[in-house]
Amino acid sequence: MKIRVLPGVLALLAAPAASAFCGFYVAQADASLFNQASQVVLVRHGDDTTMTMANDYRGSLSEFAVVIPVPVAVTREQVKVADKAMIDRLDAYSAPRLTEYFDPDPCPDPRDLMRVYKSEQRAMTVEDDEGMAAPSSRSLGVRVLDAYTVGEYDIVILSATQSSGLETWLTQNGYRIPANAGPILGSYIKQNMKFFVAKVNLREQAKTAQPYLRPLRISYSSPKFMLPIRLGMVNADGPQDLLVYALTERGRVETTNYRTTKLPTQESVPEFVKEDFGTFYKAMFAQQVKDEGMETVFTEYAWPLTLQCDPCSADPITGDELRALGVSWAAPDQYGYGQQPAYLTRLHLRYDLAHFPEDLTFQETADTGTWQAIYPIHHAFTGDTSCPAGRTYETELARRQQLEVQTLVSLTGWSRSWAQSRIPRRPGAVPPPPDNGGGGFWDWWK
Amino acid sequence: MPRDPRWYQLASLATLLLWGLVGLSFEVTSLQAVLTISAALATQWACTRVWRLPTFEWKSALITSFSLCLLLRTDTPWFAAFAAFLAMASKFVVRVRGKHLFNPANLAVVVGLLSGRAWVSAGQWGNTALLAFFLAGLGTLVVTRSARSDVTIAFFLSWAALHLGRAWWLGDPLTIPLHRFQSGALLLFGFFMISDPKTTPDHPVARVLYACIVAYVGFSIQFLHFRTNGLMWALVVCVPLVPLFDLFFRARRFEWSAPSRPWSLA
Repeated sequence: MKIRVLPGVLALLAAPAASAFCGFYVAQADASLFNQASQVVLVRHGDDTTMTMANDYRGSLSEFAVVIPVPVAVTREQVKVADKAMIDRLDAYSAPRLTEYFDPDPCPDPRDLMRVYKSEQRAMTVEDDEGMAAPSSRSLGVRVLDAYTVGEYDIVILSATQSSGLETWLTQNGYRIPANAGPILGSYIKQNMKFFVAKVNLREQAKTAQPYLRPLRISYSSPKFMLPIRLGMVNADGPQDLLVYALTERGRVETTNYRTTKLPTQESVPEFVKEDFGTFYKAMFAQQVKDEGMETVFTEYAWPLTLQCDPCSADPITGDELRALGVSWAAPDQYGYGQQPAYLTRLHLRYDLAHFPEDLTFQETADTGTWQAIYPIHHAFTGDTSCPAGRTYETELARRQQLEVQTLVSLTGWSRSWAQSRIPRRPGAVPPPPDNGGGGFWDWWK
Repeated sequence: MPRDPRWYQLASLATLLLWGLVGLSFEVTSLQAVLTISAALATQWACTRVWRLPTFEWKSALITSFSLCLLLRTDTPWFAAFAAFLAMASKFVVRVRGKHLFNPANLAVVVGLLSGRAWVSAGQWGNTALLAFFLAGLGTLVVTRSARSDVTIAFFLSWAALHLGRAWWLGDPLTIPLHRFQSGALLLFGFFMISDPKTTPDHPVARVLYACIVAYVGFSIQFLHFRTNGLMWALVVCVPLVPLFDLFFRARRFEWSAPSRPWSLA
């Protein structure tokens, strides 16, 4: 059988406007702000965490501001701006993917029998369609622990003793706080969390000559292995999506306070799915979220970087790229690709306040296995199938296509008749079994 | 009705395991399950022979192996067998005044965590209220039958008080502590692990104190020191308290079923 690997980098997260998983964007004018989708890279090594947050803010740069609770005060040396390309590389490398298989000729010419089928590999990349002053702080119980500029961001690290003081301070300094953020800020204050507050320094931003904001990378040392998502839900307009790329030394990462489960994988789907894999994947993800009652975190990829990806949807991640994301223990690249002593887990969740009331906490497990969300498609042979073996092939093909339609319907919730209509008619093909709409329970007798 | 409460415990755990495997896709391979169960039974049998005990307590071995299948995750199959061996052997080796110290499954889980070869997926049960009620119902039955409901009730009350108190202090909405209560892992611990009558103090007052201490230690490991599996660690850490309590609070020792049996190893 001729096999071609066609990894599809999924255009998964449509983020029409700004997004913030763990903080909230606070506008200084009436800009429309939404939280829809976010990407974050979490590197965890012992008690050290490095968090890189993709910024897909699309509003006016002068209005951008973000407040992120952090377990400890973060110094100037611990904040960096990262290259968005690094996150895109992780996305491309770990994205759910299609694999293509080509059916062999059922009526081969004997002269061709010795031919060696070569597999070819090709990557199909789809772009993600998806962003001070301190007056009378002491009287408000707010302490400015540090203030510095990193890249295009003016950053202030705050500690506070009461939420009302913090709210007042933020308001006085031009940050617009959502009305009901107070109790959550208060909870973080009592948990001794600090606040990382960032605005855009327009002069520095102009120097970068980039139209967008680069990701912020924050490092700190704390036993807390968590992501604060509560503030991000305060001004959320409906459920949000979050993609977490966790890089650890040993094993798979999972949430400890929510169920982590794996998506359906290795499910053969009809050929036409290739035309719009992104739409298929979005529908399937939505269906899985629905089936799990929106209470589950989904694993999309879990693979040690010591092993070669199989199939690869992008070039392997290099040591330099890993170091740029905070993987301090990455190996030099001279050992070649696929030899990095790290484990990559990609988690995807859709969440809102009703289903995810508390922040996400994680653990690194001892699971060092390989797992990926992969969906094979089988291309039917398109040549002459008039020989006896060819007729058998046509019968088998019709049955296989029915199964693929059934799989597609159960994965996505799409209409069976619509999916059926997308299967191309084959000249001289055996007619497909009748559609009884019942999911093929009686197919067993055939 | 059978007199030995372990029948109910076995039935409950088997149902939960089946549900976990079929309904919740627990990551337990059949090889791991077979190795765990066989190793536990084999160790119990061998130790019964070595220590020349009158009865081969296969029910206890099966209960421990079911608990391990429910809790312990590993991608090293031999480690599952080792954990089961360790759990059962500890009952015969680590004893104080004729009573084994550690809850066998708890000890094996903690050794697994320490070794870095295993982990506990605390979130694997999800948080559906339905599941919580189901577990609670099954657990209550077991607890009632094993006459150790005081430990379970004291544990849950103190655990709830700690969480509600924390939420009140932080100003968090009630949904946060409620979300934590609806954890299958918590209910499993409260109903099936801390309630083990062979590893809890003999005196009812001591048992209640013990349950409160375990709850507090577990809570502080999890929410003051930010480490996962706080309750698992807490139960192991609190083990030395049991013989101490037994020293100061004297009471009749628990026997599983037949009063005629001279002694048994649960």
